[in-house]
Amino acid sequence: MKGRRSLLEKAAAVPHAVWVSLFVIGPLLFVLYFAFTDTKGSFSFSNIELLSSYSHIFFLSICFALVATAFCLLLGYPLAFFMARCKPSTQKLLMLLLMLPMWISLLIRTYSLMTLLDNGGLVNSLLISLGLEPVSMVGTGGAVILGMVYDFLPYMVLPIYTSISKLDGRYLEAAADLGCNGFQTLFRVVLPLTVPGIVSGITMVFVPSISTFYISQKLGGGNFDLIGDTIERQFKYASTYHIGAAISLVMMILILISIAVMNRFSDGDGEEMIV
Amino acid sequence: MKILSRAYMWVVFLLLYAPILVLVVFSFNDGGSLSSYTGFSLRWYGELFRDSVALESLKNSLFLATASSLLATALGTFAALGLDRMRNRYLKAAINSVTNVPMMNPDIVTGVSMMLLFVALGGMLGLGDVLGKWTMLIAHTTFSLPYVILSVLPRFKQFDRTLREAALDLGCTPAQSFFKVELPAIVPGVVSGLVMAFTLSLDDFVISHFVSSPDFQTLPLYIYNQTAHNVKYSMYALCTLIIVTILVLLLAVNFAGSIGDRTKRRREAAK
Amino acid sequence: MKRLLVLCLAASLLALLLPLLASCGGTDTVTLYVYNWGEYISDGTEGSLDVNAAFSEWYEQTYGVRVKVNYSTYSSNEDMYAKISSGAANYDIVIPSDYMIGRMISEGLLRKLNFSNIPNIENIDNSVMFGDKTPYYDPENAYSVPYTYGTVGIIYNKTMVDEADLGSWDIMWNEKYQGNVLQFNNSRDAFATALFKLGYSVNTENEAEWREALALLMAQKPIVQGYVMDEIFNKMENGSAAIAPYYAGDFFVMYADNEDLGFSYPKEGTNVFVDAMCVPTSSENPEIAERYINFMLGKEAAIANAEYICYASPNRLVFEDEDYRATMEEMHPDAMDILYGTEDIKMEFYENLPEEHLMMVNSLWEDLKIESPINTSIIVMAGAILCGCVGGGIYLTVRSRKRRKTVLNLWS
Repeated sequence: MKGRRSLLEKAAAVPHAVWVSLFVIGPLLFVLYFAFTDTKGSFSFSNIELLSSYSHIFFLSICFALVATAFCLLLGYPLAFFMARCKPSTQKLLMLLLMLPMWISLLIRTYSLMTLLDNGGLVNSLLISLGLEPVSMVGTGGAVILGMVYDFLPYMVLPIYTSISKLDGRYLEAAADLGCNGFQTLFRVVLPLTVPGIVSGITMVFVPSISTFYISQKLGGGNFDLIGDTIERQFKYASTYHIGAAISLVMMILILISIAVMNRFSDGDGEEMIV
Repeated sequence: MKILSRAYMWVVFLLLYAPILVLVVFSFNDGGSLSSYTGFSLRWYGELFRDSVALESLKNSLFLATASSLLATALGTFAALGLDRMRNRYLKAAINSVTNVPMMNPDIVTGVSMMLLFVALGGMLGLGDVLGKWTMLIAHTTFSLPYVILSVLPRFKQFDRTLREAALDLGCTPAQSFFKVELPAIVPGVVSGLVMAFTLSLDDFVISHFVSSPDFQTLPLYIYNQTAHNVKYSMYALCTLIIVTILVLLLAVNFAGSIGDRTKRRREAAK
Repeated sequence: MKRLLVLCLAASLLALLLPLLASCGGTDTVTLYVYNWGEYISDGTEGSLDVNAAFSEWYEQTYGVRVKVNYSTYSSNEDMYAKISSGAANYDIVIPSDYMIGRMISEGLLRKLNFSNIPNIENIDNSVMFGDKTPYYDPENAYSVPYTYGTVGIIYNKTMVDEADLGSWDIMWNEKYQGNVLQFNNSRDAFATALFKLGYSVNTENEAEWREALALLMAQKPIVQGYVMDEIFNKMENGSAAIAPYYAGDFFVMYADNEDLGFSYPKEGTNVFVDAMCVPTSSENPEIAERYINFMLGKEAAIANAEYICYASPNRLVFEDEDYRATMEEMHPDAMDILYGTEDIKMEFYENLPEEHLMMVNSLWEDLKIESPINTSIIVMAGAILCGCVGGGIYLTVRSRKRRKTVLNLWS
């Protein structure tokens, strides 16, 4: 039926459209503007040229984010798989346990992880009392990776768990009937069928890991600059907005490209993104 | 195999919870050190309730979360209605993708771009430093909008259009049919959108970090300042309280959900 | 359940709005806006005197007017400057550091004080900070009244550091302490450690000297555990680091939690700062502000603050007071020496550097910060993962093509 639309229906999206064009498109235009102007406000490529001295920061951040994402996947997939095979009541409880850390501020979790790992922290006190050599962890790359994995693991597990638990049990029966053993079922049936979950898990871990600044500040002791730290410093301390805008622009483009690439692998199941 | 998988789950969950447990345990520490537990005491809880800055930032957080979630829900619900009825496919796609930008972008880019907008506009309009309560409200509303729309839009899509036609046939004006027939049907989506917006706003740190000013601090910003400075152990008490609140809320939602399921099942069985 | 949640939300909104509405019905109290560093006033915690409340009480008794002190804090001079210069908020009292006072005076942001409202100024002993000179930032002593002053020194952990290495900035470059040294996470303070070590002035405008300092800081990078600011407290208290440069006053706070800590002044010289109370031009109640300053110089408030903040006080009533000396010495046996016995130590203020020079310093700092250590293992891992993904992708594509071909062949 092509009924007449009431005024309400026609105008309903207008406030929202105005809002997003003001506060979503507007800010992005300002990022563009700042990235391509110098401090006097005239058009220039100088910020973009300066980016070359930051290239190794981009490289390092991508490396950190990749490694953290890979660890999350390696740790998270089995966890999601095992969770999905528990009794429904246990599943509910486990979900709750998994959600709880996500609801606790990332700042708190990261900070208490740092106090654990610090030279005078609990882990080292434990090592010393066991008669072992203390290990200095805070300030190393490994600690930063650990922090990313620890903070973002639930984001990996949740979408994978959702897609595994949605899986039709008859596929598994069919695979077993056709002579697959457990591992073959896992690798040939379950894994390919849960690719959308994996893809959204990867996006949900990769994006925050590549843009984090708190984790690298606390667990990296300020020794590593990742992209997030660099941007934060430009805006919060150095007031060099123009370079900061250029770096943000490049990072945004990088991430949008990688999301687009990732989405090619899944079948564009957009709703998986938000659990 | 089963034992192995159980053990694996235990280990991962233990690692996930170790730092949180340490924090909770040490919030009851009598001394002021994180490496030695000197005895049980509630003194940090007492300190916390005397800390006017912490209480002020809690108040700010609640105000901001309430205001921004209500605003985002109002905007988002109507936007979902408009998007559902929109006939121009391209316009619809355009609005949809712009809405989702804050969800796709890393938080830091959203925060930085908003900061640039506010600073530049403030400078142009001669308002000076505009960062503060209102810019926070705008930013929080903006980043929770896509989540509201995402939870409301499917409800509109699922809504049986013949119901609306029936209402119109029975003499409702279009507006009446919207408010009396359609709105009640989408309320669950609106409520879950509201709750999501509320929690997102409560939890946000990165975006607030860029668009706030020192005189309007929210709880996450307060925690950030604490961890950047000399951490007072009352912060551990604060975190413990937050964790307990969340746990209770989650359990309550879960419990209510399972009761709801049971009554639904019973009702169906009775039929 | 959901209805309940909505109710809760509505209730919390109401609860928030009510006090707001109530406060609108205001009385005739005057509000005095004080803008200070965080943790920089005795605020009534842990049995100290709540100075702001005491002021309100005293003011009402003396002048019969109710004054409410609205106290807010900042964490850097630059934050405070941005706030004041933008005109976004009117404050009645600010407490900037020396160089910032100079800048604010030159930009007309501060008001000349009427000292007839501040008779207690006679308690201030400028000679302890400036010798026989006037403050460089306020040569006529017309705009500012010193609140506290302090110096930077090296805080060390006695169980981890050889006493023989002390007494010079060299200790922060000593490879013996690799991974146990903390460095400032801001350009001015970090460069100062290197400039002092090189024997240059911290206010030098010679770019070559700054570059030399940068080279020194670069060389220090492998030894440094982290670039931190106030995290130094926790790290030193729990023994996570052995050496950190920080303010003398803050050392006592750390010492209270860890008695293994010691403090030493480097012989090459060190930075000294003064934080002074000023009244911005935009103040709406300058007279009350001046009386506030006067109150802060009074014996009770000044001692409460000095004992709470632990920084050195330029107030005679404080440092000559027996009780105060006893309290400080109870805190640390050498407290008075560390705080006040600084005559023989070479000290230098930070001065305001010209704008383009500051930009140069910032860009040097940027160079230092983005110079990340090479994390070979992580890069190798990332490379392996990437190769694995690409290889796996190619393998899967090829296989699926082959299969499709086989299936097609079977069909035909």
